[in-house]
Amino acid sequence: MMALLEAVGVTKAFGGVVANDGVSLAVAEGAIVGLIGPNGSGKTTLFNTITGAIPIESGSIRFKGKEISQLLTGGIARSGLIRTYQQPRVYGGLTTRDNMLVSVSIRHGSFAGLFRRAREEAQEKVDELLDFVGLTEKSGTLAGDLSFGQQKLLELAMALANEPELLLLDEPTAGINPALINDVIDRLKVANAALGVTLLIIEHNMPVIMDLAQHVYCLAHGRLLAEGPPQAIQNDALVLDAYLGAA
Amino acid sequence: MSDARTLTPKRLLLIASLLATGIVAPLLFPAYQSQLTELLLFIVFALCWDLVGGQMGYNSFGNVLFVGLGMYAAAIVQVWLVYDVGLYNAARGGGTAFVFDASQFLTGLALGIPAAVLISALAAWLLGSLVLTMRGHYFAICTLGLGIAAGQIAAGIPWIGAGSGMLTPNPPESLGHVPLLLYYVALGLAVLCTLTFAWLLSTRFGLALNAIRDDEDKAEAMGLKTHAAKVTAWVVAAGFLGAAGALYGNLVRFIDPIQTAFAGATIGVWMILMALLGGRGTLLGPIVGAIVFQVTKELFWTYLLGWQRVGLGLLIILVAVFFPSGIVGFVRERNAASGGEKP
Repeated sequence: MMALLEAVGVTKAFGGVVANDGVSLAVAEGAIVGLIGPNGSGKTTLFNTITGAIPIESGSIRFKGKEISQLLTGGIARSGLIRTYQQPRVYGGLTTRDNMLVSVSIRHGSFAGLFRRAREEAQEKVDELLDFVGLTEKSGTLAGDLSFGQQKLLELAMALANEPELLLLDEPTAGINPALINDVIDRLKVANAALGVTLLIIEHNMPVIMDLAQHVYCLAHGRLLAEGPPQAIQNDALVLDAYLGAA
Repeated sequence: MSDARTLTPKRLLLIASLLATGIVAPLLFPAYQSQLTELLLFIVFALCWDLVGGQMGYNSFGNVLFVGLGMYAAAIVQVWLVYDVGLYNAARGGGTAFVFDASQFLTGLALGIPAAVLISALAAWLLGSLVLTMRGHYFAICTLGLGIAAGQIAAGIPWIGAGSGMLTPNPPESLGHVPLLLYYVALGLAVLCTLTFAWLLSTRFGLALNAIRDDEDKAEAMGLKTHAAKVTAWVVAAGFLGAAGALYGNLVRFIDPIQTAFAGATIGVWMILMALLGGRGTLLGPIVGAIVFQVTKELFWTYLLGWQRVGLGLLIILVAVFFPSGIVGFVRERNAASGGEKP
């Protein structure tokens, strides 16, 4: 089966710091793939290059078989690749509900379609997704007034409302009340299974990624250190060294 | 629901009473007709500034560019339909040689205003593709430069009167009370502008503008066509600014390139002040701001002559310190704090 997302030899340097050094990974359609690595190992940089936020120096990134490394953010998003951020990014001056309304299917809506009020289906979808992430009661609150964790959940709901084919999640459980983390995991599984969204997830919380992902990539110092099923990665000597320091 | 954007009975009543006041005001206060017309145009200026500056978060200091373009476009069309523009301006539009009869004058006005809309909107579309790729301070400074440059360029073109300015056609006496006519055209424009913006802001396009204001990169990463949305808002605002400029020229009757048409130091700053005073990012705010501003300005000019700019400066400081979110913003925040209904 052809991979939905395929990165080959992606290299990106900031001056002398090589943030991504020949990184290759593949995400199969319908999969949940994890991306781990110590702080500063280049995970978020990889997300930035995949989504077109920063250009790459060499390598290739293909999404649905099409080269996207030369495309701009907007075009990549419209082709079905949506991301969330480590620091949640929501429209702070809009209410939670309006954040959702402006996100519903925005990636494949026509520009002329913006000049209408949100349709009935969109309203229902918003209700459903707000309920899905447990923010129904906050629908009238300004998104900027939500807590960090609530903003993360809102951002996830906004991304899902946008009907992505591939969703890149940057630490979806960071800052979320530990009691809620299992709910988030469940929801991500539902999004994957029921909504058919392929997921590539950066995560520092190991139990979370071990529970979610079928395949894990580990980065260190900008290079791909190891890859494999979660159990294998968990016991990989190189990975343990990278996290805990070589003995 | 987005409660700040829906029509409640209370709001309808407010709109109806504003409209009724607008219709009878010049008849009740004939001595203040031109000030009232100016107020209506100020409302359009403030609303247009706020669509881009408030709703979309792009602080433009160069909106006078579109006011001035509209002003010149209308005046040129008005003259050109009857006389040679170059000769008219060389003669300072004066004397008995350049007389406009009633039908010539009205036709000129009727064609001049749409021409102003077209020219300003076209300029916005052409410039927007470049200027709107800039953000924050860069955008502000760039637009400021555009406004100043336009004034300097206009002052160098003899065909439109260069630095000595251009007179708009002298209305014929047979037409009777032209200022009243201008007032009602301005009222129509202000109402049309308010309704258009109210509609725009009720659609997802309005939300998209707010999304761009709050986090443009995020909106782009969600696949929103941010550039198209920005250019559209800028072009719509420019079209209305052009129409308002056309009327403003005919109201003051003399177009000085720097003092009237591309008047960045007065109108250009005032429109921002009005929007901030009333409450940026709201539909009602710029309207309230324009009313408060025009009343204060006229009072200062009447009772504080010589100190009027000091008075205006004080007003700016008071707004910035005590009402940073404007009058409408202040009222909404207070109501929200007391759990009351939003106005």
